[in-house]
Amino acid sequence: MKRILPFLIIMIVGLVTVGIATAVYRHKVHPANAAAVSASPLAAASATKDGGDVDDGTRHVQGRLDAPVKLEIYGDFQCPSCANASTVIGELQKEYGNRLCVIYYEFPLAMHQHSTEAALAAEAAGLQGKFWEMHDALYQYQNVWSRATNVNIFFETYAQTLGLDLDRFRADRASAVLLAQIHAQADAGSARGVENTPTLFVNGEQIRTAFSKESLKATLDQALATKKGS
Amino acid sequence: MAEKKRQAGEFAVTQGPSRSALIIYSVLAVVALLGLADATYLTIAHLTGDDAVCGSLAGCSIVLGSSYASVKGIPTASFGGVAYFTVFSLSVLAAFGYPWVKRPLTLIIGLMLLTSLYLLYLQAFVLHAFCPFCLFSAALTFFLAGLLLAVPATR
Repeated sequence: MKRILPFLIIMIVGLVTVGIATAVYRHKVHPANAAAVSASPLAAASATKDGGDVDDGTRHVQGRLDAPVKLEIYGDFQCPSCANASTVIGELQKEYGNRLCVIYYEFPLAMHQHSTEAALAAEAAGLQGKFWEMHDALYQYQNVWSRATNVNIFFETYAQTLGLDLDRFRADRASAVLLAQIHAQADAGSARGVENTPTLFVNGEQIRTAFSKESLKATLDQALATKKGS
Repeated sequence: MAEKKRQAGEFAVTQGPSRSALIIYSVLAVVALLGLADATYLTIAHLTGDDAVCGSLAGCSIVLGSSYASVKGIPTASFGGVAYFTVFSLSVLAAFGYPWVKRPLTLIIGLMLLTSLYLLYLQAFVLHAFCPFCLFSAALTFFLAGLLLAVPATR
């Protein structure tokens, strides 16, 4: 028995580890029901943003370009930290109003299965004037679509709720031009030293602290103070 | 004949390790299990694209989202998981008196130590960001190396 016992222990630990790991993995990737996404939160999302979006294909701007503080963000719609940062930035936008200009650049990471498809959905929505609404929806429902095998049904649901022309949305999502624009945004980011998401710049300087609301507020206040003093 | 007996003896269970060696191998096994849990968790987080494990810690997201987090598509953490499981297995065998495990155990912990040092270098000087889970794993590896050095030499 003594000869077998160590091998038995090793085998049991191995099996238990694989079993728990498999269970946790399956729990994380369990696909959600597309129909469970209700329309009303999206309708609310589409009402929150004002105009002022200067969309030239290289970036998405919210707020005035001459605002004293410019917050640039390189994001990946499938990145949970980006979803958290997006919520925080949304709250900051309400507090800082015209003093803050937010600029979003696409930076889909290869490690995320659907990040490029999500970026295409956002850019396609942008061509119909609803980039920020789709941006909000993608981050808000990230838990739901990011675990799915087929994300089209989710993105088309969001597009439908936002009142987009579905045929045009589908065609634009498949367009090589839009994909090239996304890659160009990401390449420009890489040239600036961006390696991961979210990467934030405030008035041109990369933020290396945590992306909590308190920390970002402190950074924005400092930038405002510097701008006032200059 | 004597040579064959000696070779057979190397792979047979001896009367068992000394009490202090037994304690050290047991602690080695427990520490390796902690490392296995850490590495397995990181592997699953990587495979499911879930870097929410980092919460709002920017450095953590930078490290786990970097190109160094996988090697040819295989999560780096999974190699750590295999290594920790191997250390666990060898430690259990050593605790039960298999004398031949010390050499492979030394080799694998040595490799883990070198890899940990490399990953620490990457975090400090290339990524300029630290991931707490990775630092925890490095600390465990250093601890494993220390424990191995503390094993008394076999009589």
